[in-house]
Amino acid sequence: MLAYLLRRLVYVVPVALGVSLICFMLVHIAPGDPLVAVMPLDATAEQEAEMRAAYGFDKPLPVQFGLWVAKAATGDLGRSIATGRPVAGEVMTAVGNTLVLAAAASLIGFPLGLLFGFVAGYFRDTGVDRAVTALAITGVSVPNYWLGMVLVIVFSVTLGWLPAMGAGPGGSRDWGWDAEHLRYLVLPAVTLAVVPMGIVARTVRALVGDILSQEFVQALYAKGLMHGGVLRHVVRNAAPTALAVMGLQLGYLLGGSILIETVFNWPGTGFLLSNAIFQRDLPLLQGTILVLALFFVAVNLLVDLAQTVIDPRIKRT
Amino acid sequence: MTKPLVDIRDLSVTFSGERTVHAVNGLDLSLPPGEVLAILGESGSGKSVTLKTLLRLLPPRRTAISGMIAVDGVDVLSLSGRRLADYRGGTVSMVFQEPMLALDPVYSIGDQIAEAVMRHEGLGRRAAMERALDMLTRVRIPSPERRLKVFPHEMSGGMRQRAMIALALACRPKLLLADEPTTALDATVQIQILLLLRELQREFGMGVIFVTHDIGVAVEVADRIAVMYAGNVVETGTVAEVIRDARHPYTKGLLAANLHGAVKGARLEAIRGAPPALERPPEACSFAPRCDFADERCRTAPPPMIVPGPGRRVACVLADRLEAAE
Ligand SMILES: Nc1ncnc2c1ncn2[C@@H]1O[C@H](COP(=O)(O)OP(=O)(O)OP(=O)(O)O)[C@@H](O)[C@H]1O
Ligand code: SF4
Ligand SMILES: [Mg+2]
Repeated sequence: MLAYLLRRLVYVVPVALGVSLICFMLVHIAPGDPLVAVMPLDATAEQEAEMRAAYGFDKPLPVQFGLWVAKAATGDLGRSIATGRPVAGEVMTAVGNTLVLAAAASLIGFPLGLLFGFVAGYFRDTGVDRAVTALAITGVSVPNYWLGMVLVIVFSVTLGWLPAMGAGPGGSRDWGWDAEHLRYLVLPAVTLAVVPMGIVARTVRALVGDILSQEFVQALYAKGLMHGGVLRHVVRNAAPTALAVMGLQLGYLLGGSILIETVFNWPGTGFLLSNAIFQRDLPLLQGTILVLALFFVAVNLLVDLAQTVIDPRIKRT
Repeated sequence: MTKPLVDIRDLSVTFSGERTVHAVNGLDLSLPPGEVLAILGESGSGKSVTLKTLLRLLPPRRTAISGMIAVDGVDVLSLSGRRLADYRGGTVSMVFQEPMLALDPVYSIGDQIAEAVMRHEGLGRRAAMERALDMLTRVRIPSPERRLKVFPHEMSGGMRQRAMIALALACRPKLLLADEPTTALDATVQIQILLLLRELQREFGMGVIFVTHDIGVAVEVADRIAVMYAGNVVETGTVAEVIRDARHPYTKGLLAANLHGAVKGARLEAIRGAPPALERPPEACSFAPRCDFADERCRTAPPPMIVPGPGRRVACVLADRLEAAE
């Protein structure tokens, strides 16, 4: 087990390197000159060369990559071209805000998804099942930025119950878990929770239905268990897969949603990313994507390890 | 005669749904305490359905059951809720055909046995684990302490079936049901498991009903034989009676095809023709289309139950005459 853990950790290194290479290349393959945005229109060739050197754009690509990775490893992701502030700081602030949103969306979406999926799977082909399935399909297929706008119109514009924009007092840098801030969290979190809820519900429904149709369930009744006792076995059997699906969804949530963060002006990574793209802010874009990708790798690793721990059928050595 | 352990009278089981299936049709069966009954019959003759009905394991919404089942004086068909759960695994338990499918893959063997003990005898976990260990020893699983912590997929087929038997017997049931308990195993392992079952049956003094396709096995292990056809017992008696003095043409066909020169362990399918579809309840002898002796009586009404001796029954109009011809 320990050996497996260590090996998995070692495997992360090439993955992370590959991810960084892709981030780095993506930006350089994109058309357009990143310096155009910040360069004065009447800049002389000399000034331009100076600026290129300042941002390191004059060196050959492999060297640029090497330097970039070496610095990234020490936590230095360069400076934003648009604001001149360190990218690492910008990204970390945004990551913090996205974490808040992702946590809230998970806390809403996962328990509901699990509950709905379980009930639907357990009472398969009944009215309850059909209602839950319809809800889950709607949740997954309705464009969530549209849902977000509808919620804003209903709860902010018409009813005036909840704020529509931003992360509350203090803007992007001063989140707190108090009532005033939480009011700002409700609408984006609910909007963001709908898709993972639908996906978790659908997966768990299929999973539970499948488990209940297996012979061992009959054997559990045959040895005298009642519904509650059998349900415990069903939960234990469903847990590893349900966990994997939630882990994957958490990975997506942590990536931040460009659309939802933009609709709600939520200062997270999605928002940061869209700004970086529109301003052609290369270092910011690279840094943000890199951090997000590494997050995803880390979450996958954690899910994998957790699965190994709770599923005796998986033997990883 | 002593009071039977199992007494089934006029049992009918009908499945509704996409297809209606009259799986069991007016079946009578009884078993004295401490005896072993082998059920023989072609595929689809209702053997598994009969066993599952005894444990009330069929889906209640799609299954209509009529008739009477008494096991150890309990009216099985009237049980519900906790009393049904107490009966299952407490009075009667079951060994399934494929232990790999019948054991929960994510619970250890010890936990699965202990769970049944805790449920029925109210023991604590520690005491229940002691019992599980004792049971694994009794079914002769080597290094039982270690096997307690093992998961089903980590055992061989034979060991898994032993564990399944340990689980079934952990609460000392009065009746054990076994649906083709060895079909999924290698030939040599089959014999070991059957001998083990026979031994444990004597040790615990319980009744056993087991389904088999192998007449040789029935002869070896059972006290009595019941031959099923189209959801009914067409002939029953002690092993000696049924083997030496078979009266139902279907039984005779089975014996002829399987006792003399047939491959041991081969399935029962050597009689020409196919069993009837069970969409409607039988209005005549179900075997008539395949029977060489069928006459007008056989095609107009179900055959009478002839009783050539105590505990011996044959459902065929010719049962008396065939005896005379012998
Ligand atoms: N749950 C069910 N729903 C509908 N029909 C069923 C169900 N279980 C069994 N049947 C039908 O009842 C009939 C008897 O089936 P059963 O499983 O008892 O046969 P069997 O004698 O055990 O055969 P085999 O030797 O193949 O195991 C079959 O026609 C089968 O299709
Ligand atoms: S009752 Fe008639 S058809 Fe049925 S088994 Fe006897 S002889 Fe054959
Ligand atoms: Mg069967």
